[in-house]
Order: sequence, then C-alpha cells, then structure tokens
Amino acid sequence: MKEALFHLQWIDYAIMIIYFMFVLGIGWVLKRYMKDANAFLEAGRSMPAWVAGLAFISTNLGALEVMGMTGSGAKYGMLTTHFYWIGAIPAMVFLAIFMMPFYYGSKARSVPEYLKLRFDEKTRGLNAILFAVMTVLASGISMYALALLMEKVLGWDFNVSLWLSAAIVLAYTYLGGLSSAIYNEVLQFFIIVIGLMPIVFLGLHEVGGWSGLKESLAPIVVEKGFAGDTFTTTWKYTGTAAGNPMGVEWYGILFGLGFVLSFGYWCTNFLIVQRAMAAESTTAARNTPLIGAIPKMLIPFLIIVPGIVALVLMNKTGSGFTIMENGKANYDLTIIKLLEYYLPTGVLGLGITALLASFMSGMAGNVSAFNTVWTYDIYQSYIRPATNDKQADAKHYLKVGRLATVFGVLVSIAAAYLAGLFGNIMDFLQTIFSMINAPLFAVIFLGMFWKRTTGHGAFIGLLGGFFVALLHHGLTVPAGATTLVKGGWISVAHTYPVEMAQNFWTAIFACAAAAIITVVISLGTKQQKTDDELRGLVYSLTPKIQEDHVVWYKRTNTLAIFVLVMMVILSILFW
Amino acid sequence: MLDIRIPIGLLFTVLGVLVTAYGIITNSDTELYTKSFQYNVNLWSGLVMLVFGVVMLLTVKKKKT
Repeated sequence: MKEALFHLQWIDYAIMIIYFMFVLGIGWVLKRYMKDANAFLEAGRSMPAWVAGLAFISTNLGALEVMGMTGSGAKYGMLTTHFYWIGAIPAMVFLAIFMMPFYYGSKARSVPEYLKLRFDEKTRGLNAILFAVMTVLASGISMYALALLMEKVLGWDFNVSLWLSAAIVLAYTYLGGLSSAIYNEVLQFFIIVIGLMPIVFLGLHEVGGWSGLKESLAPIVVEKGFAGDTFTTTWKYTGTAAGNPMGVEWYGILFGLGFVLSFGYWCTNFLIVQRAMAAESTTAARNTPLIGAIPKMLIPFLIIVPGIVALVLMNKTGSGFTIMENGKANYDLTIIKLLEYYLPTGVLGLGITALLASFMSGMAGNVSAFNTVWTYDIYQSYIRPATNDKQADAKHYLKVGRLATVFGVLVSIAAAYLAGLFGNIMDFLQTIFSMINAPLFAVIFLGMFWKRTTGHGAFIGLLGGFFVALLHHGLTVPAGATTLVKGGWISVAHTYPVEMAQNFWTAIFACAAAAIITVVISLGTKQQKTDDELRGLVYSLTPKIQEDHVVWYKRTNTLAIFVLVMMVILSILFW
Repeated sequence: MLDIRIPIGLLFTVLGVLVTAYGIITNSDTELYTKSFQYNVNLWSGLVMLVFGVVMLLTVKKKKT
C-alpha cells in the first residue's frame, strides 16, 4: 500500500461496501425486466418524470464536475454559479418546451437517429461515430481520474482500482441496461447531497455564516486585485473582463456560456437527452429537464460554497489547510481536502462513497449512451439492418447491446491507460468535445425550426462549424499558455486573459459559423424530404401540444415559469 | 418494474441505522469530533438518512394500499 491521504476505519469501509452492494443489487433485480433491446437500451420508456429528472442532472454531476466546480469555487467564487444558473437553466427550459416534443414524439431512439429522420444518413453517421468515440473516451478519462484518486486518497493500487471500478460499472449496466444506469444515478444524487452536506454546514460554521464568509473573503480578494465582494457576487463585476477572476464580460457569459455552450450541451448531448427520452410519456419527457433544473439551481450551495470556504481556509494562518501539491496549487484537490479537514470517521466514509459513486455513475452513463448509439445507429444501420421478424430482432439487438456494453467498458479501460501515458490528453479531448458540440446545436436548432434546412446543409454545417472552431483555436491563446494544446498552433492573432474566455469564444464562432453555413447550403440545395416526412420533426409542421388534460401544477409551462422565476430570484439575491 | 423508492429507502435506512449507531457509540469521543467542532456529525447525518429512508419506504406502501 502506498502512502494515503486518508486512513479509513471499518465503519467507512462498511458504508462503502453497503452502497456498492445496493448498486449491484439494483442491476441484478432489474435483469429480469431486460427482455428485449428496447427495455435494455431505452429503459422501455417507462421512467416517471422525477426519476428521469434526477438522473438528468445526476449524469452531469459526475465526480470530475464536483471536483472541478469546488475548485472553481475557490478560483472564481460565486461567479462559478453562472454554470448552474444562466449556463444551464435557460437551455433546460428550452429543451423541455421546444425540443423534447420532437425528440420524444418522433420516436427516434437517439439523437443521431433524430438526425437521420430529419436530415439524412450521412448526417446521422457523422454524429453517431463522433459521439460513440467521444463517449468511450470520456468514460476512459473519468476512469483514469477515479483510479488516480483512489491511489492518492485511499492508497489503493492504480490497476486494481481501475479494473475493480470498471467491473462494477460493467456488472450493473450489463445486467440492467439504461434502467440500471438511471436508478443508480438517482441513488448517487441522494448520496452526494447527504455526503457533502456536513461540509457545507461545518464550513459555514467555521467562517461565521454567509456574512462572516463575505468579511473574511474581502481582504483576500482585494489582494488578488479585485473589489472586495467579487467572490460573493455573480454579475456585479462582469462589466469588464479585467474586473472579475473569470476574465469574461457579461455578454461573453450570456452568449458564450448562457447560449452557445449550454444549449449545445443540454439540448443536443445524447448522454443527457437520453434520460428524458426514457420517460414514460410526452409530458414526463418534457418535465424531465424542468424537474432536474430545481436541484440543479441549488447544487452550487453544496459544491461551490465549500470551495469559497476553502479559499478562506487557505489564507487563514494556522488552519493547516492547503491544496498545494509539488509546489503548485491543485484546485481539483479542494473537495478532497475539505473532506479530510472537516469529516470525522463515519461521515468521511459517506463523503468518499459519494465521490466514488459519482465517478462510477458517470462512467455508466457514458457506457449506456454508447451502447444505444452503437446498436441502433451503427450496427443496425450499417452492419445488420432490422429484418421482418421483429421478435427475433429484439432479442438479437439485446445481445448486441450487451456485447457493446462489454466492448465500451474495455475500450474505456484502454482509454484510461492512454490518458495515463499522455498527461495532456484530457485537455485536448475536452477542447475537441466543445468544438463538436457547439455546431451540433446550430444544426439541430435550424432543423427543428426551419423546415427548409436540408441534409446537405446540416452535414456541411457540422463540418464547417468544427473547422471554424479549429481555426479559432489555432489562432488564439489564453495568456500564459505553455503548450500548443491550449491553442495558437497556426499563429497567435489574439490572446485571451484566461482559458475560459477562449473556450467561450471558440464555441460562439463555431456555432455561428455552423448556422451560417447550414443556412447558405440549405438555400442552395433541394429539400429531399416532403412535408409529410417532416411531420413531427419540424415545429411548423407539428400540431401544438395541448396540456389541458394535465393538472395545472404538472404542466410543462407551469414548471417552466416556476424554474425561470427561481433562477431570476437567485440571480438577484447574489447579483 | 422495480419501484426505485424501495432500493433508495432500504439503502438509506440501513446506512442511517449504521451511522446513527456509530454516532451514539462515539458520542463521548471528543478527539474524534475535534474536526467538526464537537458536533456529532455522525449522529446527525445518520438521523437524516434514517428519516429519509423511512419516508421513502412509507411512500411506497401508501401507494399500494
């Protein structure tokens, strides 16, 4: 055993073991419901809205997110909430009201399949292959990070951690498919809330509540060269890029994060949308993102506020709190160090279990999205098309879905080792992901709301948007970049104050370029689909949804208004 | 299909009982709770989980009858 940060006691291990017994148990119980491909890959479209809704945000609440966002809390303060409020809520509301009816109503089983129905085969193929590759790589990265963490924190061997966590994920997704992944995401959501709650209370207790936090922050923040309340406000200092630690102006936040990045992520990423597509009815599918939005808005208090407390602790003499590692601040360690600092044996086990759980459910989410796209959009489309025998097909594709699960986990493991070999691969992949996602939103958006959009337009728009993103990345750098992975590999035309600003603008350019190219090419090419074929896929050709038969408080519009009002109130409170 | 409230309810009831019990046993251990300013966080977290778990299980029963 290597030197570990934590020395867990029997009770901590007991909590961990009980939790993972339940995780595996859920997979085992769900196994008998997995009779065909539809049950395995789409959860039989049977999830109640609240289950799908919690899974919807839980998929996004992976451990990398928790670690990263607590770190961002220490780096940027309450400005980080932009990722949870303006950078998530409008997109989720838009998905619920305008896009979900098409995703769910078209009976498409995946986002690539929607592209096939709306545009053509090549657009679907491009998206399906890119998505499949990116998803397993993402899963590999999160496995790598998990194994690294277990090595550092618990002293477990890297290889053992990697294969053990892969085996657990494989076991429950192989047994219970998407249902199992969703159920475990809901379980993970609750364990993460309960596991991190003590840190929030103890942290705020130590600094003297919210007002105490503000007071102790002021001198620290002033020393950094910002106004004293920069870290406890959200919009106040976004008038200039230099006035806030994120280095982005309000319009960069509004358009880059609030529009391009968040719409690209929440509205078109199949990993996320798949949770809503598994809901039991159109109303449930539309309410899924809205129900998820409520906890989403409150998560900052669970993970960002402790990060801000950590910043105070770092600067308090005698606290002994540090995130320094080999002479450099490692912000990803913030949450781990907080667990160590505040939690005694017992709740410590709970906190560690919560982190491990969110790592694994992140992987399971990726794997369960991968096997769906692989089975329906690649295997069924190009390798073995459906036959006339529906029953035999359902069995056959179930088998393929299961094999794809095994394959996906194995490739993830390979990707995890690859990530270990090349330290920069994570940054590199994250950059590529955002370049692919931003154009996709422009294309799907035009497809849904402009019936003239053609398949050629969509396909060339996707590629064009990606190349513009690449070009922008090749021509700009964030200040202080040391590797070409960060940009500027063509030449340096512009320097951004921080990397985040560069990411925002890359996405804005990619999305705008994709939109313009798609419109131009669409106007120059002939629409291959008839109005009849586009019914249910395009806004103007689809009958409006009537909500009269639903109780008023369960209506999508009611929930949407509630969610938006809540966001506005939070934004004003922390202006 | 398995009602998800059953596994959630069971898990948090079991964890709740375990952690609450641990909190009670260690209640006088001032050294253990130095980190948490002498708050018995095990007892509190345990009780929260126990209540949550039991409530989850109760909502399942209510639906059946």
